[in-house]
Order: sequence, then C-alpha cells, then structure tokens
Amino acid sequence: MDSTIIIEKSVIILAVFAITMVMAMYSTLAERKIAAWLQDRIGPNRAGKGGILQPLADGMKLFAKEEFEPNTPNKFLFYVGPAIAMSTALMTSAVIPWGDRLHLFGRDIILQASDIDNAMLYIFAILSIGVYGIMIGGWASNNKFSLMGAVRAGSQMVSYEVAMGLSIIALLMMTGSLSLREISLQQEGLHWNVFYQPLSFLIFLICSFAETNRTPFDLAECESELIGGYHTEYSSMKMGFYLFAEYASMFISSTILAVLFFGGYNYPGMSWAVENWGVNIANVIGIGVLFAKICFFIFFYMWVRWTIPRFRYDQLMHLGWRILIPLSILNIMITGIVILRHELLAFLGF
Amino acid sequence: MIHIPDFAHASTIQIVFCVLAFITVITAFLAIFSRNPIHSALYLVICFFTIAGHYLLLNAQFLAIVHIIVYSGAIMILFLFTLMLMNLNKQNEVHKPRITRLGAIVSFCLICIVLILVFINSKPIEGEYIATGEDYQSIKVLGHVLLNEYMVPFEFASILLLVAMIGVVLLSKKEKTEK
Amino acid sequence: MSIETISLSGRKMQVSNKEMTFFERLYLVAIVKGLIITLKHLFSRKVTIQYPEQVRTRSTVYRGQHMLKRDEQGRENCTACGLCALSCPAEAITMKAAERKPNEKHLYREEKYAEIYEINMLRCIFCGLCEEACPKDAIYLTTSKVLVPSSYEREDFIFGKDRLVMPLEMAIKNTQLKNAN
Repeated sequence: MDSTIIIEKSVIILAVFAITMVMAMYSTLAERKIAAWLQDRIGPNRAGKGGILQPLADGMKLFAKEEFEPNTPNKFLFYVGPAIAMSTALMTSAVIPWGDRLHLFGRDIILQASDIDNAMLYIFAILSIGVYGIMIGGWASNNKFSLMGAVRAGSQMVSYEVAMGLSIIALLMMTGSLSLREISLQQEGLHWNVFYQPLSFLIFLICSFAETNRTPFDLAECESELIGGYHTEYSSMKMGFYLFAEYASMFISSTILAVLFFGGYNYPGMSWAVENWGVNIANVIGIGVLFAKICFFIFFYMWVRWTIPRFRYDQLMHLGWRILIPLSILNIMITGIVILRHELLAFLGF
Repeated sequence: MIHIPDFAHASTIQIVFCVLAFITVITAFLAIFSRNPIHSALYLVICFFTIAGHYLLLNAQFLAIVHIIVYSGAIMILFLFTLMLMNLNKQNEVHKPRITRLGAIVSFCLICIVLILVFINSKPIEGEYIATGEDYQSIKVLGHVLLNEYMVPFEFASILLLVAMIGVVLLSKKEKTEK
Repeated sequence: MSIETISLSGRKMQVSNKEMTFFERLYLVAIVKGLIITLKHLFSRKVTIQYPEQVRTRSTVYRGQHMLKRDEQGRENCTACGLCALSCPAEAITMKAAERKPNEKHLYREEKYAEIYEINMLRCIFCGLCEEACPKDAIYLTTSKVLVPSSYEREDFIFGKDRLVMPLEMAIKNTQLKNAN
C-alpha cells in the first residue's frame, strides 16, 4: 500500500479525533452557558475570559475527585462500561465526510477517514452497540437505581432504533446509496434532503434525541426518579467518561443530521467558488459551513433540553411504537409512490 | 486428510483468522460454562463480534454489519434486558435430577460421534465457485440478486417473520375479561 | 343551592377538560411555541449580579446583628427590664438582672443592669420587635453585614454580652463625633 495514503488517513483520523474531543469539551461549556442564557442568567464566567477555560477546570475537578468504587462482584465490567460508552461515541466519526476534497502537495485528499459503501449501516451498528456501555455499567454498579436506568436506556434505545432505521429508509430510497459521501455529493447546491423528506427528518430528529439520551428522552438518568440513573455509582473520571460520551455522541448525531438532511459541507454557490477561488478555499469554506450546521444542531439539542420537560415512560413507548413507526412506514410508502409515479401512471393507463 | 497450517509462513489474513477463531471458540465455551447468566450473555456478544469479523475476512461487509446490528445490537440487548430484570441468583438455580444429566451426557456423546464421523467422511467440494467478478459487498448488487434471482425465498422469509410477529402480538395481547 | 355551585372565595372556576384538537394533540405546535418563548429569553437582559464585584443595595429597613448600646459616657443602657424578652416572638432572649454596686456607676447607667444577656441566634428571626419594645434605647439591630457566623457547635450561636455589647472604643468615638457636631 502507498505509504502516503497511510499518513494522509492517520492525519485525518487524528484531526477528527481531536475535533470531536474539543467539540465535546466545549459542548459542556455551551450547555451550561445556554442553560444560563435561557434562564436569564450569565453562566460560568470565572475561569478564563467569559468562562473559556471552564471545560479544563471541570476536567481537572473530575480528575482530582475521589474515585469511589461500589461493593460489586463485577469490578471488571464496572470499569469496562464507561470505556465502551466512550469508544462507541467516538467510532462513528470514521465514516463522516467532513468536506469534499483538498488539493495539497500535488494530490487530491478526500476529507473522510474511510469511505465505505455501507456507511449508514455502520453508523446504525455503532449506535446499537452504544447501549452496552450504559447497560453493562448500570448492571455492574450493583445498585437498583443504576439497574433501572440501564434497563430503561436499553429498552428506549432498542425501541427508537426501529423508528430511526425505518425513517432513514425513505431517504435511502431517494438517494439510492448508503455511502455518506455519495449522499453529500447528491445534495449539491440547495438540493438538501430536508426539503424532499421533511417527515423523515422530523422522525430522525426525534429518534436521535432518544438515541443520545437527551431531554425530553433522558429517562435513563432522570434525577428526580433514579438519582443519576446508570451513572449513580460512578465518580471521578469514570463518570466524566459517561458525561463526555453523551456530549460526543451529541456532536456525532448533529453531524449525521447535518450530513444526511442539511447538505453536509454543501452550500449554495459552492461550484462557483470552486471555479473562481480554487478547490482548497471552496472546501475550507465547506468545512466551516458543515461546522456551522453542526453547531446549530448542538444548540438545538440544548435549546430543546431547557424548554421541554421529560416524557413519562409510557408516553415514550407510545410515541416510539405507536406513532413514529407507523408514520415512518407511511413515509416509505409515499416516497415509493412518488418515485414510481411514472410507472404507476403508465400501469393505470394514463 | 487434516490439513496442518504452516504457522511460520502464515499471511496476515491467516493470523487474523486464527486469533478471531480462537476468541470465537473460547468465548463460545465461556458462554456455556460461566455460572452467571449475564456473563454468559456478554461472552456471547463477544462471540458474535468475532463472527462479524469472520464475515469481514470473507469480504462480506454488509453481512458483517447487519450481523452486528441484528444480533449484537438488538437480540443480545433484549437478552441482557430480560436477564437483568429477572435477576437470577445462585440460590434459585434449579438442580436437575440425575437421570436428566445422564441423558444430557449420553446425547452429547452421540452428537460428538456423529459430528466426528461426518467430518472424517466429508469430501472436499468438487468443482469451483462461480466467480462473476461482481462485488457482493455493494448493497446494490446484493439487492439486485436478492430481489431478482432469489425473490421467492426472500418473500417467504418476510412472510415467516410477519406470521411470527402477528403470533407474538396475539399471545401478548391482554384478553378482555367479560363481566 | 347545591354544593357544586357554592364558591366561598368567589373565584371558583370550572376546570375545562375539553377534547384536544388534532393539532393540539400533535404536540409539535406546543413545542415550537415553547421554543420561541425560551428563545426570547436568550436575548433578554440577564438578572445576575456578579457578587464580589457588584453588591446589591440593601433595603433602608435592613436589620442585622443586635447590639446593646452604651451612652455618651460609655455606660450600658440596658436595665434588664425584660420587655425585649417579652416581646420576642421567637423567645430568643433571656437575661438575668443584677443590682449595680456603688463602684460600678461608670459601667451601668441605671441602678439595675443585666448581668447575663443572651440571644439565641438559632431562634432569632431578626424581626426587630425587641428594638421597638426597649424603653431605654438599649438594644438595636445594626446594619452590620455579618449576620450569624457559621459554627459546628450549638453553644456558639448563643450570643452573650461579650458579643452583644457595643465595644467601648466605639462608644468613645461616637461621643467624640457627637461633641464635634
């Protein structure tokens, strides 16, 4: 294999890893800031200018905290839980196209860690194994609240994965490809999928709230009923890992939303920019645009969190199984009819 | 007849296969032997992951990912879910009567003999695989094959699943008690 | 007149349990409304006061730590009449009276004085009724920012005369200020 491609890919992987970490770190600050602003407060502003060093301070605090271990027969699983949660949260970013291509050192560099054909399925696979971190950690804590949180998380994620998968099928029928790069390329200009598949977008958005365990679906860790849910027994950096994993997966699901429905790195006039300003500048703008979309969705997640109260458990299941799944099946049917309208009309004799 | 691999000159793929196969067999045994039901479920999950790795070695990307989604992501989660809720302890482990254990041992030995005989007497496959040069990793090709050549078995499978689903709904539905 | 129609406060209202329309049941409209409300708050003026740098102005009727006053000559005003203890709604004040010795004339203004004067700060509600009841202008609630310092011992919250009586230097200073005016 060409050694330059290895260097190229490792640089991209490292950059993506670093960006995900930094985004997750600053999401914690953004969460606190936005919560404060929505409640007419100022928010953390003591560490650094305007609180810019607050994530570092939080991290230091978590590192310095006492590491408490519950009396559990499953020490190993207790340690494995946060590790799984963190690694699955970070693994998804491998297939996301961060930009089209850069032309550097006389070669085209594709801004994606790996362009696999089944990228969408890969994301679903990683999402589905993400529950293990929560379930194993919650069970190994040897605590009833943790177990309840873990069980809730498991049932919630399994239920909403169905609706999520079905909602995306309608989109995939249109794009005809599971590769995220292909999907991004198809949305060139303003042909964003959200305009063609609004219902699919809505269902996917709701399900991604449920999959990332965010309010209004954060039943797995609702304080008023389960203390901290699955991370009740965790302290120090192990709990930090769980919290960090939540923010990392929030970043990743915002990215997926942006790539699938909001055109990814595309912006109106990108082809014009490529012609007049060159590939590099156009694509750097594209990366900036993608990150602007991602930041909007992260903001949206927080905005919703501080607006809507938590669902009750039966409401959650009702919404998932009785509303979202039939809706997405309906959406699949409508999309099929629209795609095959010429054949249908010909069949009916028009 | 038994082919002994040449470890000194093994290729990367072979080494990966050996490691994966080792983990598969070990975790499968651990899944049977571990006392704690949750531990055996987790060993089974690892086993499924290594099987997905085998699929990847066979260049079947789609199958590997779907295997992870369906088995590790959905079925085993539900398994774990029920096991955690049931909270099985050593106290309420049922002791089987001696005759059952004896029967289990005898049937295991019989199956072993049958399997060994089958493996000894099996012949290598004559002829060659048809290599069309099509990339079966791609879902497009796979979908074409499934919905053109194997349309009927595919639909049969879906009808089977539908029937199973309806049956489950019927079984779990609460019957209205007449007063 | 049936019991359902009686309204003692005159504000009785029938709870409406009307069927929700389809759009109301969709819940999405309500969510969007809520989001708009919170978005408005994002740009509204923040109410935080940055405490150590900014200090909120105190009310003019602020009542802080108690103090037993001395007069211009540095003598204690209190005569242990017990009216403050009587008026105290929280029963926080106790005292024991004693007779003034001839050689203590420079210490106490009246013939009778409080040998022990204690306020239980765990009980005190800082209502200021003791100040109002006092006929001798002896007890005052100051504008001191310190209310009750925290402590691990219950005994530390029972303030005796050592912590309540105005320090002598303060009395002297007050006298000087008064004379200067």
